[in-house]
Amino acid sequence: MKKLIVALLASLSFSSLVYGAGAKVPLDEVDVDIYDQPSLQNGAALFTNYCMGCHSLKYSRYERVADDIGIPHELYLEHLIFDDAKIGQLMEISMQPKMAAAWFGAPPPDLTLVARLRGADWLYSFLRAFYKDDSRPWGVNNAVFKDVGMPHVLLDLQGLCAHKPSIGGTPGIDPFSGQEVGASGCQSFATQGSMTPAEYDTAMRDLTNFLVYVGEPSKLEANAIAPFVLTFLVILFVPAYLLNREYWKDVH
Amino acid sequence: MAQGDVNTGRRRFLVAATSVVGGVGAIGAAVPFVASWNPSAKAKAAGAPVKVNISKLEEGQQMTVEWRGKPVWIVRRSASTLTRMEALTELLLDPASEKPQQPSYAANPTRSIKSEYLVLIGICTHLGCSPQYLPEVLPSEDFGGFFCPCHGSKFDMAGRVLKGVPAPTNMEVPPHMYVDDSNLIVGVDEESA
Amino acid sequence: MQKLIQWIDERLPIVDAFEKHMSKYYTPKNFNFWYFFGVLSMVVLVNQLLTGIWLTMSYTPTGEGAFASIEYIMRDVEYGWLLRYLHSTGASAFFAVVYLHMFRGLLYGSYQKPRELIWIFGMAIYLVLMAEAFMGYLLPWGQMSYWGAQVIVNLFGAIPVIGDDLTQWIRGDYLISGITLNRFFALHVVALPIVLLGLVVLHILALHEVGSNNPDGIDIKKNKDANGVPKDGIPFHPYYTVHDIQAIVVFLFVFCVIVFYFPEMNGYFIEKPNFEPANPLKTPDHIAPVWYFTPFYAMLRAVTVPFLGLDAKFWGVVVMGAAIAILFVLPWLDKSPVRSMRYKGWFSKVALAVFVVSFIVLGVCGALPADAQPYWLAPVFTILYFAYFVLMPFYTRAEKTKPVPERVTS
Repeated sequence: MKKLIVALLASLSFSSLVYGAGAKVPLDEVDVDIYDQPSLQNGAALFTNYCMGCHSLKYSRYERVADDIGIPHELYLEHLIFDDAKIGQLMEISMQPKMAAAWFGAPPPDLTLVARLRGADWLYSFLRAFYKDDSRPWGVNNAVFKDVGMPHVLLDLQGLCAHKPSIGGTPGIDPFSGQEVGASGCQSFATQGSMTPAEYDTAMRDLTNFLVYVGEPSKLEANAIAPFVLTFLVILFVPAYLLNREYWKDVH
Repeated sequence: MAQGDVNTGRRRFLVAATSVVGGVGAIGAAVPFVASWNPSAKAKAAGAPVKVNISKLEEGQQMTVEWRGKPVWIVRRSASTLTRMEALTELLLDPASEKPQQPSYAANPTRSIKSEYLVLIGICTHLGCSPQYLPEVLPSEDFGGFFCPCHGSKFDMAGRVLKGVPAPTNMEVPPHMYVDDSNLIVGVDEESA
Repeated sequence: MQKLIQWIDERLPIVDAFEKHMSKYYTPKNFNFWYFFGVLSMVVLVNQLLTGIWLTMSYTPTGEGAFASIEYIMRDVEYGWLLRYLHSTGASAFFAVVYLHMFRGLLYGSYQKPRELIWIFGMAIYLVLMAEAFMGYLLPWGQMSYWGAQVIVNLFGAIPVIGDDLTQWIRGDYLISGITLNRFFALHVVALPIVLLGLVVLHILALHEVGSNNPDGIDIKKNKDANGVPKDGIPFHPYYTVHDIQAIVVFLFVFCVIVFYFPEMNGYFIEKPNFEPANPLKTPDHIAPVWYFTPFYAMLRAVTVPFLGLDAKFWGVVVMGAAIAILFVLPWLDKSPVRSMRYKGWFSKVALAVFVVSFIVLGVCGALPADAQPYWLAPVFTILYFAYFVLMPFYTRAEKTKPVPERVTS
């Protein structure tokens, strides 16, 4: 019995250690809010302008996105649909996967479910982790996704980081130099972008937020219905409980 | 078990209460199952309104577009055709379009918004065949219209059914509206838009 | 109403059947918490059948269309997301309640004479359920679906001589493909549910023939009153119907919280790699089966040494198969004169505790990557798992049992 307890404790502590070390790359945390419509709208605009050249959202429909994030159909058609797609259509792209494979080595993946596959923190960190690396075909590398096969399409917004940015670090003061170290993000830029680092972080939070929403749009519906269903079950429990108590008075 | 001091009234009430609340729950639980049979977003997108450019349609010409998987005809009628139609009242089953086979704005003798253009779902009201467009003359008549090859139903140039044929009603006019002089949308009108 | 019932009853014995199985089916009055999980399994079964039928209406069982059709259900079909989450959460809930139901059997000796057949039908249900879950998991055609099926189907390859031909026959192709998906779909939605329903009927018929066991493990039929009604028995209806309704409402509450707020259950109910379409050329970093299979998966991996000239892979499959097979013969391993753990001795109590701990530890092992746990952990607990069964004939005979009371305790 003693041995058993020891073995059990050992196994539990080991498993918690393993769980702790589960995340392979440290990530920055991001707060997403699928009810923040201005953020989602900005995210949708960023996605359409910068990502959708290569990445589709082929399981999602423009109409659903427009309705959920609060953009009127006419405005959406005018500003966020560049081809002759109708509002009810899937958010596909015209790039042929075969040609894309020839250009990039592999076709750029569809991103409808990327937030559910990778998680919001990963996306937010990835989007902010590009840096200059002349040994790579596109001249950039990524601190979260090593040897990523795509260019830094947001370069004109963020600028190009001159060094490999630290991601997921806890900022602290170096006791010897007295300087702040370990802060997330880029410290020096090889080329400047149009946004300040803080603006860029907000923009990437919006883009991440949008992708989180697109990954599971039914979340909005689920959250709306759930309170009614759960309240109903609580109400149903009352007569069910009293009914049981009444009948069981017979049983001695 | 003590049967003597059973409060039957209370039991009956609690059984009823639980059944009623449970029944409401059952109906609620049925909602997703029933609603999932409605046309999906995909089906709705496929059945979305169709925009048609009618500027190149010449007099007497017919064009066909697809809306919700059905042929929709657009026919440009000449002034003489329209005049000829006025004299057909006696031969028709429902000349004034009283039966609800068209939106209210097309419940007129020409069954159209602009009398020049006829917009019609090209399906015979008898058994669903698609009639032929015979603008010159219908078989054994002296005016043009639509003739169903399946069972010989005849309709005039407004899709109105002739007396003595198997089809029971006029052909259906779909909801439609003009965006401008040369563009028409089938499947949506000012009432529903 | 009365007339209608009479009219039918003259042609079909519905009144008789209702009395036999409900209003005059006498059940021990001392059922406790553990006795809810049978009826809850029925609730989940009904949920799975209904949502499953409805999902079939919008699902495309082809390699090209399957993944997209799941997203079509999740987005384009009205309430499709709810039907899908009810089904995916229902799968995990099914195993949760069935495991607790089985534990109840172990705790109170419900498998002992004369209930051996009930136990065997129950085990058959469990086996079919595993097949259902495995084949159902391929249908979304995500990465985990694909590689999970790849690994499990390849287990058959461990069988000497015929293994490779057998796996190819199961797949119907040289790799897991749309062909495999199509046959798994047919089995998942048609064949296995029919078998499952038949087994459930047998399970209940066999139960109602011999009557329900109870936490004291006493045969209530030995003590009858003048009318031939067991003194410790109460009619199933209305007493246990109203009792079960309460439990069902509570269960549905918990179930709905998961369905609406945590359908992925942090990757344990719906695994993250499954949000990427199946790709035969790229294996995910870490393949783990869904939580309800992990104990057996851990045992499969625990065997790493060849034996008798056969490789470790073969013995891993044997151990995993044996872990399930040995449950079938449980009624003949327990030699104790008493049924319930309440009156069994210390050996049995410790053995059951060790068994439960082993099952849980193995479950954790199976969910973790092989290199992220002490190498001895899974083998040790695999041995403990088997020790529970293999040693049972000895410790149940050797230990001193407590006297069983005449009547049930409340």
